[in-house]
Amino acid sequence: MSPILEARNIDYRTGGRMLIEGINLSIESGTLTIVIGPNGAGKSTLLRVLCGELPPAHGEVRLNGSSIHAIPTWRLAHSRAVMPQASELGFPFSAFEVAHLGVEGIGRGLSHHDRQRIVLDALEQADVGHLAHRNYQTLSGGERQRVHFARVLAQLNAGRSIETRQVLFLDEPIASLDLKHQLALMNKAQTLSRQGLTIIAVLHDLQLAADTGDTLVLLQAGRLIAQGKADTVLSPDRLSEVFGVSLVPQSLPPSPWKLTLQNNWPGAAQN
Amino acid sequence: MITLGCLVVLMSLLALGAGATGIPLSRVLSIMMEPSSVPSGEALVILQVRLPRLLLGLLIGAALACSGALMQGLFRNPLADPGLVGVSAGAALAAAATIVVGDALLAPLIGPLSFVALPIGAFVGGLITTFALYLVATRQGRTSIATMLLAGVAFGALSGALMGFLSYLSDDRQLRDLSFWSLGSLSGATWTKVAAATPLILPVLIVTPFLARGLNALALGEAEAFHLGVPVQRLKAVAILLVAVTVGASVACAGMIGFIGIVVPHILRLTAGPDHRMLLPASALLGAALLVLADTVARTIAAPAELPIGILTAAFGAPFFLWLLLRRQGGVGL
Repeated sequence: MSPILEARNIDYRTGGRMLIEGINLSIESGTLTIVIGPNGAGKSTLLRVLCGELPPAHGEVRLNGSSIHAIPTWRLAHSRAVMPQASELGFPFSAFEVAHLGVEGIGRGLSHHDRQRIVLDALEQADVGHLAHRNYQTLSGGERQRVHFARVLAQLNAGRSIETRQVLFLDEPIASLDLKHQLALMNKAQTLSRQGLTIIAVLHDLQLAADTGDTLVLLQAGRLIAQGKADTVLSPDRLSEVFGVSLVPQSLPPSPWKLTLQNNWPGAAQN
Repeated sequence: MITLGCLVVLMSLLALGAGATGIPLSRVLSIMMEPSSVPSGEALVILQVRLPRLLLGLLIGAALACSGALMQGLFRNPLADPGLVGVSAGAALAAAATIVVGDALLAPLIGPLSFVALPIGAFVGGLITTFALYLVATRQGRTSIATMLLAGVAFGALSGALMGFLSYLSDDRQLRDLSFWSLGSLSGATWTKVAAATPLILPVLIVTPFLARGLNALALGEAEAFHLGVPVQRLKAVAILLVAVTVGASVACAGMIGFIGIVVPHILRLTAGPDHRMLLPASALLGAALLVLADTVARTIAAPAELPIGILTAAFGAPFFLWLLLRRQGGVGL
C-alpha cells in the first residue's frame, strides 16, 4: 500500500529564516510517528506544513496520493484532524460546545442525534465527560487540552462517514497533562493507531516517545537528522550531539520501577 | 427568539404612540389598518414622521448589533466593536468631509443629487477604513487580530483629529450638522432614508446567519478553524465587507450611535450562550428593540425638544463597557 502521507523535499521559511529545510518523509497508514528534537528545531512547523496549514516554499506534501494544497479545505477536514496546544477562547463556550465544533459540517448522513452521541462519546474517551457543561474558559490547561483531544476524536469519527484513511496530528498533546493523563492519552493514541488511524505527534518526553512510537523522527535546526525505530534513532552519540545531554546508562542503577497506567480512564479501558 | 420578536413588536407600538403628541394605542392600530378613518393630523404624524423613524430605528439597531456580533466573532474578542476599531469614525469623518468640503466643491457638480452625497460619503468612508485596517493587519494572506485592533485605535484617533480640524473650518450651520454626526440621531428619518438603508442593511441581516458555523469555529483560532474545514480567508473577507456595508449605511442615516454593537451581543451571550447561530439573528432583534426604545426615550424625555440618541446609548453603554472590562479578570486577551 502506498504511504498515506508523504513530504517531498519541503522547505518552509518565514521572515527570511529557514524553519525547516529539505525534509523528506514517508508515513505508512496506521502507524504512530513521533517527532522529537530540541526547542526551535522546527517540530511544530513541520506539523503545520504536513497538515496543510502552511504552504511549503519548496516541495510538496501529498495526502492519500494527492497534493494536500489541492484538496478543498472542507474535504481535508474529513481526512485529518489537528490537536493544537491548549488555547484561549474569547467566548464562554461550554466544553461540550467546543468538542461539538469538531462535528459541525463534518460528515455525511449524520443526524443531530448521531452527532451528539459522537461528541459525548469523544468526551468520555478523553476523560472529560464530567466537564461537558463547564465553561471552557474556567477549565485548567490540562482539562482544556483533553477537551481538544475530544474535539479531534469527534471530528475524525464524524469524518469517517466520508473518508476512512485519516491522519491525526498532535502538537505536544501532553504538555499540560498530569502523569496519569499523559500515559492515558498516549495509550489511547497507540490503540487508535492499531485500529488503522495514522498519528503524527510532537513530544518532548523521549522516554514516552521511545515507548509508544512506531517510528521516531528526529529534527535539529530544521533538518531531519534521523528517522526509524527508537533504538536506532536514540543512540547516545546522537542524543549528546542534538540535545546536549549525555546518556550514561552504566553509571546509574536500573530503575526498579516503571510507570504503567491502571485501567481507570474509561475510554482507554474500552478499546 | 420568540420573546425577542414580541419585544420588537411591543417597542414598535410604544414608539408609534409616544412623543410630543401622545396618540393612544387603539388609534395607532386603526391608523395602521385604515389611515382614512382618523383625524388627518394624527395620521400624518404616524405615517410621515413616526413610522419612517421607527423603521429606520429598527433597521439601524439591527444593523449595529449584528455588525457588532460579527466583528466580535471575527476578532475572537467580545470587546470588539465597529466603533472601537475606527470603522464608525471613518464613516463619520467621510460624512463630515462631505458636509464641510463637499458643500463647496461638490454642490455645483452634482447639484440636485447632493442629498445622496452624504450617505455615499459615509459608506465609502466605512469601506475605506475597514479595507485599510485589513491591509495594515494582513501579511501573506493572514490577518492579525491584534494588529487590526491597534490599527483601529490609530484610525479612530486620526479620524478624531481630522474631525476636529473640519469643525474648526466649518460655519455655524455646518457645525450643527457635524455635531449631529458625532452624536447620532434618528431625527432626520424620512421615507427616502428608509428606502436607501433597506436594500443595504436587510440583505446583510439575511446573509449573516450563514457565517455562524464558521465564526463558531473561528473562536478556536484561525488555524483551528482551517483544520475544521472552514475557508478562513474567505470568511474574514465576507465578514469585513458586511460590517463595512452595515456600519456605512447606519452612520449615513443616523450618525455615530455607539455601544449598541457591544452591549446587545454581550447580554445575549450571558443569557443564551455564545453560539453564533443563535447570537447573530438574536442580536439583530434585540438591537432593533433596544434602539427603538432608546429613541422613544430620547424624544419624549425632554419633549418637545429631543436628545441626540447617541448621548443616551453612550450614557448607558460606556458604564456597561467598563463593567465588562472589570469583570474580565484575566485582562483583555488579544
